[in-house]
Amino acid sequence: MSDVIDRPALEQETSAKSRLRIIDCDIHPSLHARSDLYPFLSKRWQEHLKTYGDHLRTPYIGTTPYPRSSPLIARRDAWPPTGGPPGSDLAFMRQQHLDPLDVELGILQVLDLFIFSQQNLDFGAAIQRAINDWQLAHWTSREPRLKASVLVGQDDTEAAIAEIERCAKIGQYVQINVSPRANEPLGRHRYWPIYARAEELDLPLGIHVGGYGGHAPTGGGWPSYYAEEHQSNAHSMAATLTSLIIEGVPERFPRLKIVFIEGGFGWISSTMWRMDQHFERFRDEVPHLKRRPSEYVREHFWFTTQPIDEPDEAKHLRSLIEWVGVDRLLFSSDYPHWDFDDPRFAFRTPLSEAERAKIFNGNARALYKL
Amino acid sequence: MARHIVARTTDIPPGGNKVVGVEGRDIVVFHVNGEFFALLNRCPHAGAPLDRAACVARLTSPEPGVYQRSRVGELLRCAWHGWEFDMRNGQSYFDPGRVKIRTYPVVIEDGETLAKGPYVAETFPVHIEDSYVIIET
Amino acid sequence: MTATRIDCDIHPAVGGTRITLLPYLDDHWKEQVVSRAIDGLDLTSYPPNMPLSGRPDWRHADGKPGGDLAMVQRGAFDQLGASHAICNVLYGAQAVFDPYMAAAFCKAINDWIATEWLAHDKRLRASIVVPMQAPDLAIEEIERRAGDSRFVSVLVLAQGESLLGRRHFWPVYQAAEKHRLPIAIHAGSQYRAAPSSVGWPSYRYEYYLAEAHAFQAQVLSLIYEGVFVKFPGLKVVLMESGVSWLPAFMWRANKTWRGVRVEVPWIDREPAAIIRDHFRVTMQPFDGPPDAAGVADIIEMIGSDKMFLFASDYPHWQFDGDDAIPPHLPAGLVSRMCAENPLETFPRLSLAA
Repeated sequence: MSDVIDRPALEQETSAKSRLRIIDCDIHPSLHARSDLYPFLSKRWQEHLKTYGDHLRTPYIGTTPYPRSSPLIARRDAWPPTGGPPGSDLAFMRQQHLDPLDVELGILQVLDLFIFSQQNLDFGAAIQRAINDWQLAHWTSREPRLKASVLVGQDDTEAAIAEIERCAKIGQYVQINVSPRANEPLGRHRYWPIYARAEELDLPLGIHVGGYGGHAPTGGGWPSYYAEEHQSNAHSMAATLTSLIIEGVPERFPRLKIVFIEGGFGWISSTMWRMDQHFERFRDEVPHLKRRPSEYVREHFWFTTQPIDEPDEAKHLRSLIEWVGVDRLLFSSDYPHWDFDDPRFAFRTPLSEAERAKIFNGNARALYKL
Repeated sequence: MARHIVARTTDIPPGGNKVVGVEGRDIVVFHVNGEFFALLNRCPHAGAPLDRAACVARLTSPEPGVYQRSRVGELLRCAWHGWEFDMRNGQSYFDPGRVKIRTYPVVIEDGETLAKGPYVAETFPVHIEDSYVIIET
Repeated sequence: MTATRIDCDIHPAVGGTRITLLPYLDDHWKEQVVSRAIDGLDLTSYPPNMPLSGRPDWRHADGKPGGDLAMVQRGAFDQLGASHAICNVLYGAQAVFDPYMAAAFCKAINDWIATEWLAHDKRLRASIVVPMQAPDLAIEEIERRAGDSRFVSVLVLAQGESLLGRRHFWPVYQAAEKHRLPIAIHAGSQYRAAPSSVGWPSYRYEYYLAEAHAFQAQVLSLIYEGVFVKFPGLKVVLMESGVSWLPAFMWRANKTWRGVRVEVPWIDREPAAIIRDHFRVTMQPFDGPPDAAGVADIIEMIGSDKMFLFASDYPHWQFDGDDAIPPHLPAGLVSRMCAENPLETFPRLSLAA
């Protein structure tokens, strides 16, 4: 039994936890029930929500196309004892996550109703307003550690801009979120008005994995298994990264900061090398790019760390971190999802105090101006 | 070896479990297929509590589309990342030699035996008509 | 006597359906091609005039890069130092919708390569081009070439209509395994759907980058669908896929499998172990880090010296100069990848003609 992976006893964890104040860049609050949104919806949209409901490019009304490995994609211990789905109870979130892990600040990412992918754009616009209001009313106004994000359906650019303006006036949101699986790759010009506004408002653009853009999860067709589909999230993020850079979004909006959420970071270095490797060969196709692609990554993009990679050797995780750059990384837990990263155990490689401080706190603090 | 009385057998229904504190550690006791198993209540991967694990069958397969089930309920799928562990010996399914949960021997003794011997724990009253779960550390 | 250096990926070019393949079509297809002007099937993946498609010194005045045998011989053998080379013909036969046309055109390509290339240079070998859109017809084509040991692998495109692990392809793999033919998945698309989950890219550059992820999806599909459980003798070669994405991809696959194994219980060992046993990669492009230490790390992380296959990707423009070997590779690896690994991967490839 030489290699039993043992964990420190609880007493040791107490001292570790008190040193580590973290900013968690990906927490998923959840509706208790869809009726929670009624106060934020007109009668017309309440009725629509009850009757027609979601209209997504997926086969089922009641569940995701690929069944997850646990109910509601959640940790099995994250169901609040008072009832409701994981992430729906603030008191339980405090008790299970915010307090014991000493979360100084947590950034909310709402996935309910996947507003970005609603085919009925007016319905999507109504729901996004409701969810953006609900974040403040139910979460951030009751818990000062939590921060909200403006969710906008990118495929109705006008409605997205209107919602950004509305929320900017309220002033309590730390970023603007769109989906990587949109109707078109996110670098395409049709989405640029959103980026222009985000840059003008000096709000980062957040892109969280997921979405139903109507394309298969892979370039070769539809996988049979969740095991395949889960890993395809990294591919969506890589394709989004290349689209944004190659279309010239960071070139055109140099002050825009872009955050990739829940994509992990292992795939980034090989994507940067590949972009750079072939840049000269394709340069005359993209004369609008003035810099090497990897330079754009280093100056305009940040990446939340979950799901962290788990190479067998600690030094290999260290390499992945160095190749991307410590400055690019933002700790995230993905609470309450099943592939959650516990900040105490996720980084199985030596990090200096300064590096820890950046990844777990400083980078996010500077980026989001917290 | 110390012996600790941690529960009456009737405290843990079949298919259920109970978390008990022993010598400063949380230990989870499962009752399945007429037996009791005790494991440290922390997954060796990232510390998840195993009392919330899904208790499932041991699933093997010789080829695509064939699902062979055995020992129903005796495998744990960890509550967080879904790693599978054998309740009986704590071994992970995917790397049994290297990745394990610490297990504890369990014996069941009846109240009459316990009432006589030196095993009566100060904090756990023993009634001779009941059966008790004993964990050895 | 040249040292053994097997170039596992060169691209003779089909000049056109009419000018190249017509002699190898039967009367019905000859008439269809001529009277309906069915031609111009160069894959959207590789417009012939795009820089990547042909290095300037490998193009000649007329014709597409790779269209002239003498020029290919000078390039791949004299200049780049190969002793043998495997011809992978990229042409839109593999993207045709009509299954019978697809099969006829694939057969014509294989007949053409055998007659006008393999017969003229004993150093050349070829992959069998097959119509995966009709698996039973693909098997017919494999059986047709099985007795000709100059055909050493089966060529499929990286992006088709269904992922390659799916059950309806299994009979193709059974035939390939029987005849000791590895499946060579080459960069390129049938363009049945967007090259990635985020939709249709504006630029060729962007499309080319998405190819790497399509390969990864194919690897996962072949593994998780249990193709190697059914066909333990089968090997798969990823051609022109990039290599440096392998480590993080392998770790993520292991991580996912450990938690979701119940979905695919016939996979009884880590995906990374299956990759090391059953997958091989050609080394152009390598897409490596710029420094020697980084390259050494990537090689170490991949964890199997047997996986690497020398290739120039001639006439695609992956490098300048005469050295097709990516920089900073450990010396011991170079000799393996030029000889032992290709010979082990392509068991039908005998050095003597």
